[in-house]
Amino acid sequence: MTPHMLTRSLDRGATIFIAVVAACGILIPLSNLLLPAGSFLQVPTYLVALWGKYVCYAILALAIDLIWGYCGILSLGHGAFFALGGYAMGMYLMRQIGTRGVYGNPILPDFMVFLNYSKLPWYWYGFDMFWFAALMVLVVPGLLAFCFGWLAFRSRVTGVYLSIITQAMTYALLLAFFRNDFGFGGNNGLTDFKDILGFNVQAEGTRAALFALSCLALIAGFLICRAIVSSKLGKVLIAVRDAESRTRFLGYRVESYKLFVFTVSACMAGVAGALYVPQVGIINPSEFAPGNSIEAVIWVAVGGRGTLVGAALGAVVVNYAKTFFTSGMLAPYWLFMLGALFILVTLLLPKGIVGTFNAWWDSSEEKRTAATLASAAAEDGVTEPKMAE
Amino acid sequence: MPVHLSARLCALALSLLLIVFALPALAGPFEDGVAKFANDDFSDTEEAIGVIASSGNKLAFPIISALQDGRLMADPDSKKVYVTGTDGKSIDAATGEAVASVPDSASAVRLNNRLRRSVDAALGGLTLQSPDVGTRLQAAQSVFKSHEETALEAVDAALAKENNKSVKAALGDARAAILLFKSDATEVEKLEAVATLKARGDQEALALLTGMGDQPASVTKAAASAIGSIQNSLAVWSMVQNAWYGLSLGSVLLLAAIGLAITFGVMGVINMAHGEMVMLGAYTTFVVQEVIRTRYPGLFDYSLLIAAPLAFVVAGAIGVLIERSIIRFLYGRPLETLLATWGLSLVLQQAVRTMFGPTNREVGNPSWMSGAFEFGQITITYNRLWILLFTLAVFAILLAMLRYTALGLEMRAVTQNRRMAASMGIATSRVDALTFGLGSGIAGIAGVALSQIDNVSPNLGQSYIIDSFMVVVFGGVGNLWGTLVGAFTLGIANKFLEPVAGAVLGKIAILVLIILFIQKRPRGLFALKGRAVEA
Repeated sequence: MTPHMLTRSLDRGATIFIAVVAACGILIPLSNLLLPAGSFLQVPTYLVALWGKYVCYAILALAIDLIWGYCGILSLGHGAFFALGGYAMGMYLMRQIGTRGVYGNPILPDFMVFLNYSKLPWYWYGFDMFWFAALMVLVVPGLLAFCFGWLAFRSRVTGVYLSIITQAMTYALLLAFFRNDFGFGGNNGLTDFKDILGFNVQAEGTRAALFALSCLALIAGFLICRAIVSSKLGKVLIAVRDAESRTRFLGYRVESYKLFVFTVSACMAGVAGALYVPQVGIINPSEFAPGNSIEAVIWVAVGGRGTLVGAALGAVVVNYAKTFFTSGMLAPYWLFMLGALFILVTLLLPKGIVGTFNAWWDSSEEKRTAATLASAAAEDGVTEPKMAE
Repeated sequence: MPVHLSARLCALALSLLLIVFALPALAGPFEDGVAKFANDDFSDTEEAIGVIASSGNKLAFPIISALQDGRLMADPDSKKVYVTGTDGKSIDAATGEAVASVPDSASAVRLNNRLRRSVDAALGGLTLQSPDVGTRLQAAQSVFKSHEETALEAVDAALAKENNKSVKAALGDARAAILLFKSDATEVEKLEAVATLKARGDQEALALLTGMGDQPASVTKAAASAIGSIQNSLAVWSMVQNAWYGLSLGSVLLLAAIGLAITFGVMGVINMAHGEMVMLGAYTTFVVQEVIRTRYPGLFDYSLLIAAPLAFVVAGAIGVLIERSIIRFLYGRPLETLLATWGLSLVLQQAVRTMFGPTNREVGNPSWMSGAFEFGQITITYNRLWILLFTLAVFAILLAMLRYTALGLEMRAVTQNRRMAASMGIATSRVDALTFGLGSGIAGIAGVALSQIDNVSPNLGQSYIIDSFMVVVFGGVGNLWGTLVGAFTLGIANKFLEPVAGAVLGKIAILVLIILFIQKRPRGLFALKGRAVEA
C-alpha cells in the first residue's frame, strides 16, 4: 500500500527533486570531510552550515506551501512554529552545556543564574533528554497550531482575517519571548551550545551529519506532503482552496480538513526550526518577527505556490540571493530587491518559477503531441476539417 | 504769541527740572533705609533690611537678594548704595537708575549669621509678595513643601494682601501645612489645617497627613478620615488618568487606522504599506520644518498647519500611483495584494532610509503644542490633547465627506454593491483610485500628528501596522464608527491593563483577547449586514 502510494505520487519533477536533494545530502558532507582542506572540490565547513540553513528554510517553505498552495490558508505566523521548534531544540542544547557554562551551574543555564533564578522553571523539566526534546519539537508547535486552528477554523475565520490574526499571534509571542521573566533567555535567546547527543556542535563531522539529516528531513517532508496532496484528502483540500463554501455544502467538514493540514504543517515547521538551531548556533526572539514569516511566504510565491518542489527551490534561491547581496557592496539595495521581488512575483509571475515552467512544458508537450498527430494524419491523407467561415 | 509760547515752555522745563532735583530731597523711609547700608554697621544693616522688606518698593527684592549674594555695594564716602546685577550691570539701589560703574571706594555690605537669618526671612516674605504671580505661586508651594514654622508670619502677611485665587489657595495650603506641624498651634487651628489638606486631596497632602506625628486625639481622628477620603479621591483620579492615557492612545490608534479602515473597508484591499504612508507624512513634516528653519524661521508655529495638507497630497498622490500601478491588477486576490504591498513597504522604507538616513530625524513641537496644564490631579500635555482633538476632527470631516459629497456617495455605492454601482454609471476604477488615495492621504496626515509624539525614522510605520489592523479587524470592516469604537476600546483597555499586568504583558493580553474575540465575531464589532456567501 505505502510503496504504491509513494510511486503513484512520484512524477518526473518529484523524482528529480529527491535525487538532487539526496545527492547534495550525500556528496556535500563527504566532500567536506574526505577531501583535503583547500582542494578545489572540497566544500568548506562554513558553506556546509550555510546550506544547512537553506535546507531548513526549504522545509519551512514546504510546510507553508502545504497549507497555502493546497488549502488556501495564508499563514503569516509560520515563523512562530519554526521558532518554537527551534526553542525546544535550544532548550535541550542548553541543558547539555551542564557545568561548562560561565557560571558552572550543573542545572541552571547561564542566563538563569544571571537573572537570579533559584530553580529550574517547571517547563524546562525533561529537556535534558533528547527524546523528550525531539517530541516537544513536534508537540509544542503542533499543539499551538491545533488550538489556534480549532478556534479559528471552527468560527470560519478565513482569508485575510486569518492572515492578520496569525500575524498577531507571532507578534504576541515575539513580545513574550523578549521578556526576561518568561524563562527563555529574553532578548539574547539561547546560545553558546556545546554538545548534541554527545557530539560537539562546532565539529565538522557534526555539521556534516546535521546537513545530511536536514536533507533527509527535507525528503521525508516532501514525501509526506506529496502523500497528503495526492490522496483523496488532498483533493478535498484543493476543493477547500478553490471553493470553500461549496465544499462545505457538499457535506465535507471543512474545518477538520483544514485543522489537520494546519497542524501537520506546523509540526513540519517545528522540525525545520529544530534542525536550524544547532547549525546556526543561536535561537532568539527575533525569529518570531512578523517580517520573517512574511518573507517565508515570498519564498513559496517565488518558487511556485502549490508545487512543493517550487517552495523548496524558492527558499533556496531567495536565501542564496539574500546571502549574496547582503554580503557585498550591494547590501543597501537588498531591501529594494526583496521588495521588488514581492511586487513583481505577485504581478508578473503568479505561478512562480516552477509553476510557470510546468505550464510552458505542458503546453509545448501538447504542441508536440498535436504536431505528431497532425503529421500522422497528413501521412494518412486525411485533412483536418476546416472551420466554417 | 511766539514769545508767550516760549516762555511757557521755559516754565514747563524749569518745573520739570525742579521735580528731578527735588527727588532726593523727598527721600522717604525706603531711601533712608537704603542709605543705612552705607554705614557698614551690623545693627544699621538689620534695621535697613526690616525697613526695606516692609516698604513694598519694587526694588526691595533685588536689593535683599543682592545683599544675600554679596552683590550689594556701599560707598561710605558718598553714602550711595549700588546693586550689581549678575550680568555685571549696576543700578543705584535708592532710585533704580542704571549707573555706568560702581566707584572703587565701594565695597560689599557685610553680613553675619544673625543677619543672614533675617535676610532669608525677609527674602521668603518678599518672594511671597513678589509682583510676579508665578514667583508668588512657586514661593507658596515651596513653603508648603518645607512647612517651616518661621515662615508663618510671612505667609499670613502675604495671605492678607493676596488677590490671585490660585496663589491664595497655595498660601492657604502652606499655612495649613505649617500649622499642622507647629507644636503650639491650637487644636482648632490644627483641625482647620487637616480640613484644608483634605480639600487639597493630592499625594503631597497625603504624605503630610500620614507623617504628621503625635497630635491630639481629635486631630488624629480627623486626619485618619481625611487620609481615607484622599486615598479614595486619588484612586478616582488615577482612574481618570488611565482613562485619559487610554483616550490618548486610542486617538493615536484611530489616527493610524482610519485610513486603513477606508482602504480595507471600502475596497477590501489589505495595504501592508499603510504604515509607510504614515511615515511619509511624518517625513513631509520634517522637510517642511527644515525649509521653515532655514528660510522663514518666523513661520515655525504654523509648520504643522502647512505640513498637514502637504502630507495629504504627498501620501495621497503616492497612494493613487500605487493603486494604478500595482493594486488594480490584484483585485479579487487579497492574499497577493497583501504580499505585494508588503514588498512595497520594504521598498518605501529603504527609499526613505537612503534619502534621509537610517537615524531618527528631529521634528520640533510648535509652541502651542508644547507644555502641559493641570486638570485636577492629572497633568495633560498639550500635544496629546491637540492630537485627540485633531483625530476627532479628521474623523468628523471624513464622515461628513462620505455622507454629503458626490465622491462619498460613489464610494458607499461601490462598497455596497460594486456591480450595481458600475451599472448605474459610476466609474468604479476611478472611485477605487480616489478611495485608495484618500485612505493614503489620511495616513499621511496621521504621520504629521504622530511626528509630534514619536521618533521620525524609516521604521515609524512598522510599529503601527499591526495595531492598526487589530483596530480595524476588531471594530469591523466597512464601518468607520466601528473603527472609532475599536480604537478607543483598545486604547483604554490597554492603559487599564498596563498597571496591572505591565506594559508588555498588557499588550500580549490585548492581542490574545482580540484573537479570541475574532472567534466569537469573525466580522468585528460592527459587521456589515449582508447575505452574501463568500466564494
